[in-house]
Order: sequence, then structure tokens, then C-alpha cells
Amino acid sequence: MSTEPELPRAARIFVSFVALLRANGFAVAPEQTTAFLTAIELLGPRDLRDIRHAALATLAPPPERRASFDRLFDLHFRGSEALERADDGEDDETVRLQEEGRGDEEPLFSDDANESGLSATRTEALVERRFAQLSTTDALRRLSREAPRRLPRRRGHRRMRARRGPFADLRRTLRDSVRSDGEILRLGHMKRRHRPRKLLLLIDVSGSMKSRTEDNMKLAHALMQAAPNVEVFTFGTRLTRVTRALRLKRREQALSAAAHLVSDWDGGTRIGDALQAFLAVPRFGGYARGAAVVVVSDGLERGAPDALRDAVARLSRRAWRVSWLTPLAAGPGFRPQTEALIAIERFVDDLVDGGSSASIVAHVLALGRRRVA
Amino acid sequence: MAVRSNIVGIDSPEALERALRAAYYLADEGLATAAYLGLALGKPLLLEGAPGVGKTEAAKAIAAVLGRRLIRLQCYEGIDASAALYEWNYPRQMLAIRQAGDESIDIYGETFLIERPMLAALRAPDSTVLLIDEIDRADQEFEAFLLEFLSDFQISIPERGTVRAAERPVVVLTSNRTRDLHEALRRRCVYHWIDYPTEEREARIIMLRASSVAEATARAVVAAVGKLRREPLSKAPGIAEAVDWAEAATLLHKGGARWPDAFKRSIGVALKDEEDLHFISPRLDAMLAEATA
Repeated sequence: MSTEPELPRAARIFVSFVALLRANGFAVAPEQTTAFLTAIELLGPRDLRDIRHAALATLAPPPERRASFDRLFDLHFRGSEALERADDGEDDETVRLQEEGRGDEEPLFSDDANESGLSATRTEALVERRFAQLSTTDALRRLSREAPRRLPRRRGHRRMRARRGPFADLRRTLRDSVRSDGEILRLGHMKRRHRPRKLLLLIDVSGSMKSRTEDNMKLAHALMQAAPNVEVFTFGTRLTRVTRALRLKRREQALSAAAHLVSDWDGGTRIGDALQAFLAVPRFGGYARGAAVVVVSDGLERGAPDALRDAVARLSRRAWRVSWLTPLAAGPGFRPQTEALIAIERFVDDLVDGGSSASIVAHVLALGRRRVA
Repeated sequence: MAVRSNIVGIDSPEALERALRAAYYLADEGLATAAYLGLALGKPLLLEGAPGVGKTEAAKAIAAVLGRRLIRLQCYEGIDASAALYEWNYPRQMLAIRQAGDESIDIYGETFLIERPMLAALRAPDSTVLLIDEIDRADQEFEAFLLEFLSDFQISIPERGTVRAAERPVVVLTSNRTRDLHEALRRRCVYHWIDYPTEEREARIIMLRASSVAEATARAVVAAVGKLRREPLSKAPGIAEAVDWAEAATLLHKGGARWPDAFKRSIGVALKDEEDLHFISPRLDAMLAEATA
């Protein structure tokens, strides 16, 4: 429209930066653009740092996308000199496990995880595994259908009106009593609302779980879509939060977004370190508090089981319930035989079959029935 | 967007940084800029970061700089309007109805209204700073309700009508990021992610807050705390813990304890989780020796 006032020349570069951000998937509202321009005007600006601070403060990129924001900023305002910096994909949603501290005597490994643990047991279990009655598609359909009412719930702190309940609804009672000249004829009641419990899904994507990984990711996506309060992480040699990616409604889109985030598909396993890393990031560890934690992993730990045992013990103290779903438990009469599984057995509430989508779905849907807080 | 003139005498982020320093808060350039923009644009300031990086302290310091009273609304799961906005004094209303007899009485008058933090901030925007602490703990319903408050700065009380702020109050929100906040909330605010301070800055913070601590001690504590933060602990020591640790170690040292030992014995003020202590103890001696070297 030609009636719009012309944008001042000086402002164009800032507005086009916002356009660049939007083109790269950042959500920027028009009011934020206005705030950005006003902020720049306010600050002077005297150098590029002022502009960067103004952009960060008003355009509010999510912390986990800060690296990508900075890159776009440099690209836009500093031009080609910024181009040389490569995208390492590192952000606060991914925790690199090989960085600091313990475990550095272990070389990083990739495809030899299958050699570890008791592979003989695993083979036997695979032979014995009975074919589940439901196909993956059927299982996922069942999950979407039943999850909303069958997932675990807990009592929340918000109150709602009720015919009967332990709390008096004074506001309503008083309103009613005004009509009857201050006589209280009927006492209103309130009760606490039930809320869906947090659900935390930790999916092993290492080489030894390769045959299950795709189905497990589909399952995670179905669960995310069906229930609120679900958090999903993958682990192998790294720990990656994929919740945000799986929030996308269309499955193909969500899975490819997740695939883009995770960089350790089909690699080695360091479950203990992965769980330690999970607990060490306060914001991640917080997801486990009071949650129903479901770990889908064969528990074939390459390293010493100490780290794994400590991590699972800590997890179980924090969580409402910890379920460990392993394909090794597919057969009847399963007894854990790997060192790692034996070490964690006493800290988990369930150590059950995770060998098919049907069995995982059945377990997840049964969680709500087991214990009511 | 109107630019506010209420921050008299503070005309740049640097000026605010200096004023905050005088209030015993060392802000880095990013935080000073964000806070300055928040005040100047009349937008709420949203501070995110790990526990213990000084988010709440920043709000307190801003209130001190502006010479205003800090009203703090601590969020928790299940917090609702009656805890955040206002509540009626039901027993008093009931009594008034009984006593009034045939006379007419307004039971929704001022005397029966119990003011909660958000209403208080709205009614006295010139003299208060509203701190909405740990918004990530509140549930999504409350966040949605907060959105409305933060965009219009008004509250409607069905029995009395709408209370509107004559001027936009100064609001600071903090979040530990235990869950993702709604995009719309971030949009309405001026945003800053607070990181742990650099070693240099943290040593200065310790000396500023605990004047009895010698510089060498502050540096040793900062080095040790830095190492601890890189370990997979369930609760990494924050800035307040670093200050406490430096003070406690100084106290023990003055009482006759030798150096690494004074540190070690006072570690309980820095690490407050038994499992973390247990986890770190095999390597603690080496770690402290290195930090004090």
C-alpha cells in the first residue's frame, strides 16, 4: 500500500534483520520490532555491541537458539567475516558427554556397543520374543486414543467447585447468603483438581537399540501429541532434548526435526554418563521431580555400572516412578543378567519388556493404574 | 512507544550499571542494558538463568536504585488470582452483614478487600517494584492470566470494576527455566539470560558482599566454585553460596584453621546436597589444593 509511511533509511537494516530472523524460524512479533527500534534509538547506539544487546533484550531469542541467533546477527551486521564460523549445532539442549571429568580414559566408541554386556543373553531373548499382537501402527493408535484418560494423574493445588469436597467455598457461600439477608442456607464446597502427572521419556538411540529407535521415536511423538507435560530426551553418547521438535503436529516433520537435533544416532552407549548429565542440568533434572520416568534402553552399559547405578538411584529418589523398558525382557521368566541391569534393578519400580511398540504402549497406559498419589 | 522519564538521572545503561553497583549489585553490560531498556520502555523485565545466578537479587537492586519498595510475588504450582491479586475478607463481610440489620451495607467496599501483590503494585505504581519470582513454577493457567495483566496493566474485580494503573508499574519476572515459558510472555518483556559471572566479576561480587574476605580467599573460592559447577551435581553452588563459603572459610581461618582445611570444613555452605558431597568427596582435596595454589 502506498499510504504507508516510508521506513526511514536508517531503520531498514534493523527491520531487515528481523525479517532474516523470521526467515530462520524465529518468532518475532511486530511489537518486538518496534521495541527493538526504540531500544536502538534509546541506546545511541555507539557500537555494534549496543545493537546486539538491544536485539537480545527485545527480540528475546530462546536461550537454546542463542548460537544460531548470534550467527545470524553477525552475518547481517558484520557481513562476510562472520561467515567463516561454522555451525557446530551446540546449544544448551544438547549435553556433550565426553567433555569434562570422569570417563575420559574411555575412548569414544561407536559401533562396538553390541559387543558389550551379555550379548548371548540378548540373542536368546530375541529368539524367544513372542510377536506382539498389535502392529506398531495399531499400538500408536491405541496410545493416542487412550492416553488422555489413562495416563497417571495427581492431585493439583488448584481448587474447583464441587458438590462435595473438603474445602468451603466462602466466596460463593457469601454471595448466596446476601440473597437471604446474611443467613447461610447452604455451604459451597471445593475440591482439589486432578492434574496429569509429568511424563519423562528417555530414549536410548545407541547402536544396540538401532532396530527399535525409529518406532520408539514415533511412539514418543504420539505420546507428546496425546498428553500435556511430556518431556523427551534421547541419549547415546550425548543427551539431547527433543521435546520441542516432537511438539510439531505432523509426524514426518517432527521426526525429521528431531533427527536434525540428535547427532548420536546408532553410536555407542554411555547410559550412566547420560543420566548423570541429565540430572546435572538443573532445568532438566527438574523435569524428573514427581514425574513418571520411562527409560527405553537395553541397559547395555559399556562402562562400569557405578555411574549408572548412582544416576538411577538419584533419579528414582526424585521421580514418582521409574520404569525401565528393555527389549531384553521380551521373553518370559526374564532375569537381568548384565552387570548394569543387576545394579539398577533395585532402584527401578518396573523392569519390563520394551521390545515392541505394543508392549511399551501397554506399559505406559498401565502406569496410571498402579498408584494414585 | 512512549519512552519513560521516570528513571531520572539514569540516562544510559552505564549509568544504571553504576547505580546498581552502588546498591551492591554488579551487573554485566548485557543485564544493565536490558534493565535500562525495560525501565525506559516501560516493559516488564524477564530474567532467566540457572538457580543462584542472582536473578532475584537483580530485582532487589533495581528497587533499591529506584528508591522503591519491592513487592514480591513468589509463584508456586496452583497459585491463583486470590493469592496474586486480591481476596475478600469473608469473616469480616459475614459479620458486617449480621451487624447491619436493616441498614444497607456495601460488603464489597475497600475495608473488606485484602490486597495481594499484583493489585498493590497496580495501585501504587510510582512507589513499588513488582517482582514475580519463579514464574516457571506457576502453571500455564496462571501464566495466561499474567499475560493479560502485563499487556494492559489492569485488573478487573467483578464486584468493584476495573483497576487500572495510571502509569505502568516496574515489573521484574524471574524464571529458572524448569519449563518453557509461553512465547507470548517472552514477547511482552525485555529479556535477559543471566549466566554465571566471569571469575573476575564473581571475585569482585564476593568482596563487595563480604567485606571481611581477603582478595586471595575470594579468588580461591571462585576457582573452586568454578570447578564444582563443571561437575554433574544436582545443585551447583550459586553466587550466594560462593559468598557464604568465602565468609565461612575466612571465619574458620581466623579461628585458627589452616587454609585448605578451612575451605574443606566449610564446604557445607557451598554444597548442600548430601549426594553431591558424597560424589565430590574423593576428589575434593585435590580440587581445593589446586584452587588455593
